[in-house]
Amino acid sequence: MNIDWLITHSPALLIALPLLAAFLTPIIDRVSKKARNAFVIAVLIIEEIIMILFAWDVFTNGIHIYTMGASNPTETVPSQAVVPVRIVLEVDGMGAFMGLISATVSLAAGIYSLAFIEEEKGKGKFYTLLLLVLVGMVGMEFTGDLFNLFVFLEVLSIACAALIAYRSHFGDAVEGSFKFLIISSIAALFVLFAVALFYAQYDLLNIAALASVMQYSHLDKIALALLVAAFAMKCGAVPMHFWTPDAYSVAPAPITAMLVAASQASLYALFRVCFTLYGLTLNLEVIGGALIIFGLLSMFVGVTMAIPQKDIKRLMAYHAISQTGYMLLGVGVGLYLLAKPEFSSYGIKAMEGGIFHIINHAMYKGLLFLTAGAVYYRLKTRNLNEMGGLGHTMPYTAIFFIIGALAIAGIPPFNGFASKLLIYEAAYKVSPILSIIAMLVSILTLASFVKVFHSAFMGPKIHNVEEAPKSMLVGMAILTFVIIFFGLFPGWVVNHIVHPAAQALADQASYIQAVMGG
Amino acid sequence: MIYNIPFYTVIALILIGLYAILFKRNLIKIAIGVTILESGVNLFLITLGYRKGGVAPIYTNLPPSIEVPEGMVMPVPQALTLTSIVIGVAVLALILSLAIMIYRHYGTLDSRKVRRLKE
Repeated sequence: MNIDWLITHSPALLIALPLLAAFLTPIIDRVSKKARNAFVIAVLIIEEIIMILFAWDVFTNGIHIYTMGASNPTETVPSQAVVPVRIVLEVDGMGAFMGLISATVSLAAGIYSLAFIEEEKGKGKFYTLLLLVLVGMVGMEFTGDLFNLFVFLEVLSIACAALIAYRSHFGDAVEGSFKFLIISSIAALFVLFAVALFYAQYDLLNIAALASVMQYSHLDKIALALLVAAFAMKCGAVPMHFWTPDAYSVAPAPITAMLVAASQASLYALFRVCFTLYGLTLNLEVIGGALIIFGLLSMFVGVTMAIPQKDIKRLMAYHAISQTGYMLLGVGVGLYLLAKPEFSSYGIKAMEGGIFHIINHAMYKGLLFLTAGAVYYRLKTRNLNEMGGLGHTMPYTAIFFIIGALAIAGIPPFNGFASKLLIYEAAYKVSPILSIIAMLVSILTLASFVKVFHSAFMGPKIHNVEEAPKSMLVGMAILTFVIIFFGLFPGWVVNHIVHPAAQALADQASYIQAVMGG
Repeated sequence: MIYNIPFYTVIALILIGLYAILFKRNLIKIAIGVTILESGVNLFLITLGYRKGGVAPIYTNLPPSIEVPEGMVMPVPQALTLTSIVIGVAVLALILSLAIMIYRHYGTLDSRKVRRLKE
């Protein structure tokens, strides 16, 4: 097995590996609990390694194509046909970038779970579902087929909903899960309806093939509205944000970290639809303006709702909405400026900012939820008023929390600063007001995290608790390492990881060409 | 005109489903709403593949008078619908089991009374 073979088959392998492992887990669970834990962690580590190798290859060599069931994986259009009839996996810079996020967050969450769910029942099923969430995310990010996207969206929703309700002895966990599942199934049916509208007109399901024949008819516009509504619902942007705090606050902490990555998979699908399926021929200023407005609303509503919260995870969930706003703002500003030739270099900068913020957010928000989970694990409460003085006995958790809090507030030298600076700079070109609002939201974010830090970790020693278990510290350390690395070398990261992703998103022609040829 | 009836039915089903999800307070009725919405979308997919007088797209079993491929119904929407139905069953099972657990915890299925999260 050499490295070329591995890279060629990676798109299918990265989906198949966790999928098969997910259903092997309950069987291994019957034999030995230790073997099950080792197996799950080994699968997640192998997935992460293959993902890094594969993503590196995509960033340097461009789009990878994998045709399911074809004798030659790059033969997308069979010799007897004129359009792609098989399921095609198509991974460009953006897909590989999102895949990296999913694999890293899943690895951290998997290791963290070892201690976190120690006292719960049904751990075999927990890991099965955790691996299925990873399958759903990677599948959504790698697929080049709209119907396939729907299937992976449903796999993701079902696995996430079951995991949110994992601690089913709490009524609120079931309630949050019910809400999430209803929203998800409506969103998924919207997507399916849009897919049917495309199939009715073009007899096609492949994204690249559809993009090459898109007529921008009225039906296409209805389909666009359905897809945008569905994915905006799933990624938790205002005004469809109401499920986010409920689901995020009741899920087990490692799952909340994965839910953040799962919402971003939906955000990725939203960008894929806007950029690749509909392309840059649409009225950019309108679409960019709409994204900017959604972004500003999400930022502002999220942060103002967060400040009065007393539940630590609910507070963080509202911040997640606010940070999603930054990503929408960055990409919206990018679209808006790309429409004006004299500013197009700023447009790419803004998109880089928005996309860089996606990976940064997954890392620091994941980390923050994991620290909240560690606090919950020791105190069995999420109420900030019942905490205090934890810095004395949980020093590592406190350090991880403060790194996450400074990163989310955009304080150098952590990674949030790098991406927010890119967004501020480019937004200033559209209107200084946008930059001012973005900075104001950052300040409010810092204020509310200072409050959390103060009430949870500072003050006299009240609770006699120990430091979080080792596996939880390792899970948090992985994300902290990424945050510090990205914060110290933002230039390298932007040039080698973020720039290929932004370029791939803006470059519709090569996405189409990779499938349709010539 | 008569051929458009399936499409009107699709619109009606989708609107009824959305109405039930948005305005009904009983969790079981919300689950029913999701199912109706899903039936609407499935019916739409199936209708797309219909050809008047078409036969099943099986080459070895074709009557000699049928032209290929115009005389056959389209198989892809049927495959999509089948997948969608299977997924729908899984989603519905999960929604109903969550509703059962909510009933155990709260003793009611009224969504106005199931709001421990809001406090």
